[in-house]
Amino acid sequence: MQSMNFWRAYARNKGAVIGLLIMAVVVVLGLFAPLIYPESPWDMVNAPFLGPMEEGSLLGTDTLGRDIASGIAHGARVSLLIGLTSTAVALVIGVTLGALAGFFGGWVDDTLMRFTELFQTIPNFVLTVVLVAIFTPSQGSIVLAIAIVSWPPLARLARAEFMALRSREFVQAAITTGQSNATIIFREILPNSLSPLIVSSSLMVATAVLLESSLSFLGLGDPNAMSWGYMVGAARTVIRQAWWMSFFPGLAILLTVLALNLIGEGLNDALNPRVARKGKA
Amino acid sequence: MAGLPRFLAGRLIKAIVILFAIVVINFLLVHAAPGDPAMVMAGEAGAADPKFVEQLRQQFGLDRPLLEQLATYVSHVATGDLGFSYRQQQSVWDLLLARLPATLVLTLTAFVFALVVGIILGTLAAVRAGSVSDSAITVLALLAYATPIYWVGLMLMLLFSVQLGWLPAFGYETVGGGLSGFARMIDIGEHLLLPALTLGMFYMAVYARMTRASILEVRDMDFVKTARAKGLSHGAVVVRHVLRNAILPVITVAGVQAGHLIGGSILIETVFAWPGLGRLAFEAVLQRDYQVLLGIFFISSVMVIVFNILTDLIYSLVDPRIDLAR
Repeated sequence: MQSMNFWRAYARNKGAVIGLLIMAVVVVLGLFAPLIYPESPWDMVNAPFLGPMEEGSLLGTDTLGRDIASGIAHGARVSLLIGLTSTAVALVIGVTLGALAGFFGGWVDDTLMRFTELFQTIPNFVLTVVLVAIFTPSQGSIVLAIAIVSWPPLARLARAEFMALRSREFVQAAITTGQSNATIIFREILPNSLSPLIVSSSLMVATAVLLESSLSFLGLGDPNAMSWGYMVGAARTVIRQAWWMSFFPGLAILLTVLALNLIGEGLNDALNPRVARKGKA
Repeated sequence: MAGLPRFLAGRLIKAIVILFAIVVINFLLVHAAPGDPAMVMAGEAGAADPKFVEQLRQQFGLDRPLLEQLATYVSHVATGDLGFSYRQQQSVWDLLLARLPATLVLTLTAFVFALVVGIILGTLAAVRAGSVSDSAITVLALLAYATPIYWVGLMLMLLFSVQLGWLPAFGYETVGGGLSGFARMIDIGEHLLLPALTLGMFYMAVYARMTRASILEVRDMDFVKTARAKGLSHGAVVVRHVLRNAILPVITVAGVQAGHLIGGSILIETVFAWPGLGRLAFEAVLQRDYQVLLGIFFISSVMVIVFNILTDLIYSLVDPRIDLAR
């Protein structure tokens, strides 16, 4: 069965399995945060500046007495939500533009590629900072800003895939039998170009999580969301006295991004042999 | 080098087109932002002064039709007028120029570190592919790639500055130190070490992995077998033939990415209080000084374009197969 082959190929990469396990922990933490830590992470639940394991707080408290562990659990929701949504938006933009460029070629391709090049010349993080600062930080502006700097590689990937598949027999057959462009794009080409897009997407979620945390570190995060980056940033000025306030949230970011990268590599290993086989079909 | 003047002319034209597009984007951002464009340009501090806001309205013709405003805006930028920061009481251009050198020092050092150490580690890993050292380097690279640089900067500062006291934590040089010449260089170097290391860490991982993959690919190519058949020693083959060809794609990618280091410098300069453009960006965010932010956006795009052109030039020098005239 195809899915069994997939899992077997995936599991051959030990790092990928570790990544999946770490990710499972993060997802569970995020999903059940309101159950494990029912109070808002913004609530002051204990004395401030408590170190890890002091007076019943697992990872310590921050400068205002807020529980770090609670912040980390709730922060998982924020990071994953923003990471996934911004990647989804980037996918929609990138695949649409790339597919149009790759499928139609000619001046459509030229124009779209110049446009993509422009966005690849602009330094990514600077643009996200400018966008979020000017449009005031909110979940929406952050997701859009991250998506706007993330779509070019996806567009290039989609374009390459569409250009390659456009000349294949099954597409030529569909054109000859008079199928509309839209049908060809969605029913014939797109399903066959999924593998590299899936791999890129998982790596892109990792980048999105890093971007969101960096924005929050600078104070440009969603002001209502207790994000990991925000926690590191808020603890920056007291780092000498309270190392744990920055350490644990940062560690959470590291583990999550690491896990997503490992999963991406695992997906690459698992999906690529199948692409090679399909190429001979 | 054949075709150099035509190449440069072509790239210059392309650069101007891109910069024009960026100026238009700046203009659109100011107008698309929530609120009155004049208030947006004035920034938080300037908005409190109605005379300044009115002055801006006059200068940029903010009650005229949109296209006319765009023309005014472009002509301002073309003459080097990027606006005025009310908070800092300086023209944006002067501010940028003052902070640029510190950022250049930081980003170039980080870049050289990332490229050199990355290539060395990648080569080591490739030469010993499959061994423990290969796995160790691969894991190290993955960790360096996944970790948020501002956090690693804070942790390194905690370890080396606070706990061990080996290196200074903040700034460009010791304030009031009164050092000069060589002693001053050493002082700046001590301040530069942690920030540059942290900033370059992510890209070091990228270049290490690229080098490793590239070497493994090049190693199996025909010209390498020829060199070995000619009787060249293993070391000579590795360095003269394999390495020189393998690092070409790495250098290309590195050159293109060099300009993006400025994004990371926003974070690193904030952590280490390094007095460059990145720190200025952070301050501008806090003060809602949007003209400064847009100025930084503009100048960092210029940097990316310059580095791209330099990369193409260097690449054509290294690889004689490339003909610039194409």
